[in-house]
Amino acid sequence: MDPKKRSSDKAAQEMIQLMADKGLENAWDRLDAQSPQCGFGKSGICCRICTMGPCRISKKAPLGVCGADADTIVARNFLRAVAAGTSAHSDHGRTVAEVFLATARGEAKDYEIKDIPKLMRLAEEFGVKTEGRKVNEIAVDVGIIAIKEFGKYEGEQLMTKRAPAPRQEIWKKQGVTPRAIDREVTESLHRTSMGVDQDYKNILKQASRCALADGWGGSLIATELQDILFGVPYPGKGEINMGVLKEDEVNIIVHGHEPILSEMIAAASQSPEILEEAKKVGAKGITIAGTCCTANELLMRHGIPIAGNFLNQELVVATGAVELMAVDVQCIMQGLTSLVKHFHTKLITTADKARMPGVEHVEMDERDALETAKKLVKTAIDNYKNRGEVHIPKEKTAAVGGFSMESIKYILGGKFRASFRPLNDNIINGRIRGIAGVVGCTNPKVTQDYEHTKLVEELIKRDILVLTTGCATIACGKTGLNNPKAALDMAGPGLREVCETVGIPPVLACGSCVDNSRLLVSCCEIVKEGGLGDDLADLPVVGACLSSVHEKASAIGHYFVASGTPVVFGEGLLQIDGSEKVKKYLLDEIENDLGAKWMIESDPVKAADLILGAIEKKRDALGINQDTERKLFGMDDRRELEF
Amino acid sequence: MSRIIASAGIRGAHSIAKQAKEIYAKAVSEKGADCAVEFPNTGYFIPIIYSMTGIAVEKLSDFEAVFKEIDSLLPALVDDDVWLPYLGPVLDAGMATLFAEEIIEACKYLIGPNPVDDLWLGAADDIILRERGIQFVDGTAPGFAAIVGAAPDVETAVSIARKLQEKSLYVFMAANDNGTSFAEQLIEGGVQLGWDTRLVPFGRGISSAIYALGFASRAALSFGGVQPGDFRRNLLYNKNRVFAFVMALGEVTDEWYATAAGAINFGFPTIADSDIPEILPTGVCTYEHVISNIPHDEIVDKCIEVRGLKVVVSEVPIPIAYSPAFEGERIRKDDMYVEFGGKKTPAFEWFTMKSSDEVKDGLIEVIGPEIDSVKEGDALPLAIVIEASGRKMQADFEPVLERQVHTLINEGQGIWHMGQRDIIWLRISKDSQKAGFKIEHFGSILHAMYHEQYSSILDKVQIKIYTEEAKVKELLAQAKQSYASRDSRLADMSDESVDTFYSCSLCQSFAPDHICIITPERSGLCGAYSWLDGKAAYEITPTGANQPIAKGATLDAVTGKWEKVDEFISSTTQGAVESMSAYSMIVDPMTSCGCFECISAVLPSTNGIMIVDREYSEMTPSGMKFSTLAGTVGGGNQMPGFIGHSKQYIGSKKFISAEGGIKRIVWMPAALKGELKETLVKRAEEAGLNGEEFFSQIADENVGADEEQILEFISGNGHPAMEMDEMF
Repeated sequence: MDPKKRSSDKAAQEMIQLMADKGLENAWDRLDAQSPQCGFGKSGICCRICTMGPCRISKKAPLGVCGADADTIVARNFLRAVAAGTSAHSDHGRTVAEVFLATARGEAKDYEIKDIPKLMRLAEEFGVKTEGRKVNEIAVDVGIIAIKEFGKYEGEQLMTKRAPAPRQEIWKKQGVTPRAIDREVTESLHRTSMGVDQDYKNILKQASRCALADGWGGSLIATELQDILFGVPYPGKGEINMGVLKEDEVNIIVHGHEPILSEMIAAASQSPEILEEAKKVGAKGITIAGTCCTANELLMRHGIPIAGNFLNQELVVATGAVELMAVDVQCIMQGLTSLVKHFHTKLITTADKARMPGVEHVEMDERDALETAKKLVKTAIDNYKNRGEVHIPKEKTAAVGGFSMESIKYILGGKFRASFRPLNDNIINGRIRGIAGVVGCTNPKVTQDYEHTKLVEELIKRDILVLTTGCATIACGKTGLNNPKAALDMAGPGLREVCETVGIPPVLACGSCVDNSRLLVSCCEIVKEGGLGDDLADLPVVGACLSSVHEKASAIGHYFVASGTPVVFGEGLLQIDGSEKVKKYLLDEIENDLGAKWMIESDPVKAADLILGAIEKKRDALGINQDTERKLFGMDDRRELEF
Repeated sequence: MSRIIASAGIRGAHSIAKQAKEIYAKAVSEKGADCAVEFPNTGYFIPIIYSMTGIAVEKLSDFEAVFKEIDSLLPALVDDDVWLPYLGPVLDAGMATLFAEEIIEACKYLIGPNPVDDLWLGAADDIILRERGIQFVDGTAPGFAAIVGAAPDVETAVSIARKLQEKSLYVFMAANDNGTSFAEQLIEGGVQLGWDTRLVPFGRGISSAIYALGFASRAALSFGGVQPGDFRRNLLYNKNRVFAFVMALGEVTDEWYATAAGAINFGFPTIADSDIPEILPTGVCTYEHVISNIPHDEIVDKCIEVRGLKVVVSEVPIPIAYSPAFEGERIRKDDMYVEFGGKKTPAFEWFTMKSSDEVKDGLIEVIGPEIDSVKEGDALPLAIVIEASGRKMQADFEPVLERQVHTLINEGQGIWHMGQRDIIWLRISKDSQKAGFKIEHFGSILHAMYHEQYSSILDKVQIKIYTEEAKVKELLAQAKQSYASRDSRLADMSDESVDTFYSCSLCQSFAPDHICIITPERSGLCGAYSWLDGKAAYEITPTGANQPIAKGATLDAVTGKWEKVDEFISSTTQGAVESMSAYSMIVDPMTSCGCFECISAVLPSTNGIMIVDREYSEMTPSGMKFSTLAGTVGGGNQMPGFIGHSKQYIGSKKFISAEGGIKRIVWMPAALKGELKETLVKRAEEAGLNGEEFFSQIADENVGADEEQILEFISGNGHPAMEMDEMF
């Protein structure tokens, strides 16, 4: 066991060693125990959909019992992953929409409609009348429409209309404009059940439609409504890594994905009565820190520190400094249940849809959210006295997060000239070659954080502006890539100049994995701003995810591809190696249908070159790689300019 | 590195905001919170604040809301270690600075020191805005330079100012560098300052820079049809239409940075002579945002390049500089070397069309004494006879082209011209004479410029200049015959006698929602374009701003509606305006840009109308000053009961003929009334009235500026409007 092979994060290495010394088990150990893993599963040719199976495809047995070939099975498994990922984001979105509606109706007293301008924009988009109406009335209508997006009996996803017109045309022509989100997921499950869809291309087409229901539906609903409830993120400072835990304070880890819980815990921890109680037990205060995407949500909006990403969840507990870990949904390792037994840490589940055996459950009831949160915080305070030996790594890094489509516009022009123009201009003039969205999880199969951070370093060196989400964001944050000062020297000269002008780091932390929708809408704004083509596929923008864990990653990757943005994934993550035809389609032919394709590359340096190559190809096609004379404007030229 | 700029700008913004709060508190304590506050004679209140926030500041306490806005815009200082994005925040800080500086200047108008002092002009009123705005509209002023600080010496200052003038740019001056100001340097260098020479000294403090930016934001409101509070369109209008830049001379202080950040919001970059950090990436401005360390002999060219400004400088073979910026220069008697006309000697100019074989292109002859044979201070007779031919030349164009002589000759530095036909008056300055300017150079200017501007109608141009009295008098008789025949031809011309009108969208770079329809009996509402001008302009540039419109079927002869005219209007406004009447101010009146000479407005209780011209800055019986009225009428909207029009239109038989015409006029400012007396009397006679009596029935400000007073006045004097049908 070499901690350096397991993680490139020094704090994680320290804790991995500590856990090993104490004989405590974590994800890496369990991976070792699982290895070697099943080759059929890895290449997507294991089918256990019906009870005639499980079947696995080999030279000896090229067909399943039903006769399904490798192409069908691989495509089905891929679609099922996309559908599961879509369901995860979308169910998150639905929860937010329900809290939103309850808030609008006055049934969730502790939440409020915070960002009224954004509500008004969404109301206009949804065709909700705003004039002369109260905010809450408008919000009720918006909330109902949002919830209907999940299950409406006819029509297409409303927010697909945000995409540039040529993109909408492509979707229409390909028949992949998503309908109700639940319908796309349900249909995906139906199609992939035994004896239904057997044409791999048709199955993959449904994968596109289902993924689009995630990106332009479920995820986007989650982001938009969270912004209205909790505020559109604007850049703020925060600290990242386990060093944010305090020896002399009550430490609470919020882990999971939905800010519905964590926002309330953050609020509860600031109430004077609660702080007083903390003092009574001898703690100097209360530290709330996040892990995984909940952490991103809190840093984005409040500058609340981040203790780490997915693979840090067990390491954080092992510090012995965590009084409470409150979890909601997604990416919560069951390994925690046995690990917490070795520490005083209270693990509490808060979402009925994500319970853990033997773990206390406190249901997060939106009607009484703050009280529930206070109860949780009090539990933590009560637990402070039970602390044993504490070992907190020193590492923590300052970072700037909070980049949303709206805040990027603002920082580029202020209140009065907010727009993407400076970004477009500097892409056109070549200071910035293009944009890469670097997203993803931390998978113990590769060194934690390394793939993400190395790739990002290589990209910014090549003058590519990087936008990050999810656990990849946290990885970058830990290494200082989100620090405007520290990261500046790592950026190429053109990108550096722009960063210095705007005051941004070359890597913009854009939020949680559900917030990949922010990247989509930002791309739409870039197209709208002009000068970089008419479709998302024209933009010099590439997505990358060299390390992932969850099925959500497949859904995200595929909604980017289906939206016209090429995506690079690390090897083995898609589990499609078992079918040459599926590979050929996803890695090549799909570009003819949807304007973008998947690419596979695990090596961060090679991936950076691949991304730069794709970006330069787009730049050539746009004609912006040629030197042009400075245009001087006479009166006739000015008449052509709009204002 | 821009973080230094952002840090300084944000610091400067805080400092200026603090100063604004102090002077505001002082003003309130001296004058009371309810004290009226304004910049002189503007309908745009405190203009940047009004343009950007929509807040119409009328009394001191209205600034409270502005301070709230300032506080919400002022960002925290930039952290040196982990900084947050600062570009957006520093731009906000810049705008907060401009608001605060406007408050400072406005308070100074109340409690001193008065912004208008000695050479300093303070705020430009709306008359200047409209007068000068037209030059920004038609391109004779391609932009402005806002100079802050001072050059290292007088000579450099003069050289920079002259270069800017030669490029036809306006120069707005503010602030000082360690006590020295650019404007004072120019005075010391013997340069004439003022709006006429385009060298405008606003004030000694950096806060007076807001007069330049206020001018720009008002241009968007008055010419661009931008609504107050629509900050985005206002600023983009400035970025894409008003090509201005800041030239920072001397040490750039925090407060200068803050103000420059305000200017960047408008798309106006800063070019500095000192060694400050640069901001090269583009986006908010068209090109670079801050450029520094530029040597003084390169700085004007650099500014033009950085702003992305195309300036076409006419090459005229004369020994003096030549540019529209010199048009407004005056030459006092003491500075004059020789003069012509002006009632001292006979003088005239005459443009006459000839056949091709009668004209030798480029021939310039002076018949009589040249400048070297006259004594300083002498007056000479003068006849400038321009003979031209061209395949597309028409006799109708003679007056159009002749009228250009005034502008063309005036644009020479140290040359002054006024009047037209046989009432001209010209002077050549001592400096110009010393520089080698001769009488024949009048010909050089005219030959070069006629070719440059009118080459599509003129093939050959020759100029004969006579300075012998006998010859001048002899030719004058011929010229007078020609003037008379032109006048009678024009008098015979009516809307019915032609089948084509002309559109005019010349001001569309500024006023995108307006289009003029020019008919023989209704000139363009700016007064600058007659039907003949439109016709000539179309011949000169067939794809230009003046397009012929075949009238087509008459839809309504009374209100003046024609099928093809309506079709044209509807298609060019994308359906925003579907129909227009040429002779009615009630039914589908013509829209207005912002450059109109006059506004007519119905005074409902009098059953008549008032006319106010843009020179009149006092209250009118409509309850609004010209500037406020202009805000209502302009911007390309049809406003029944209000029209913008030229002075010339008042004397037209078609002047609101659908509503009964001239008989409706119940009020005009005395000066305008006096100016148009002859026309009004004549037109009244033609309308069957007693001309002199009708003239005396029209009220002016001496009667009052209140509708009730006017009603009382005309009720007692038998004004014809009282007997007419209701207007609505």
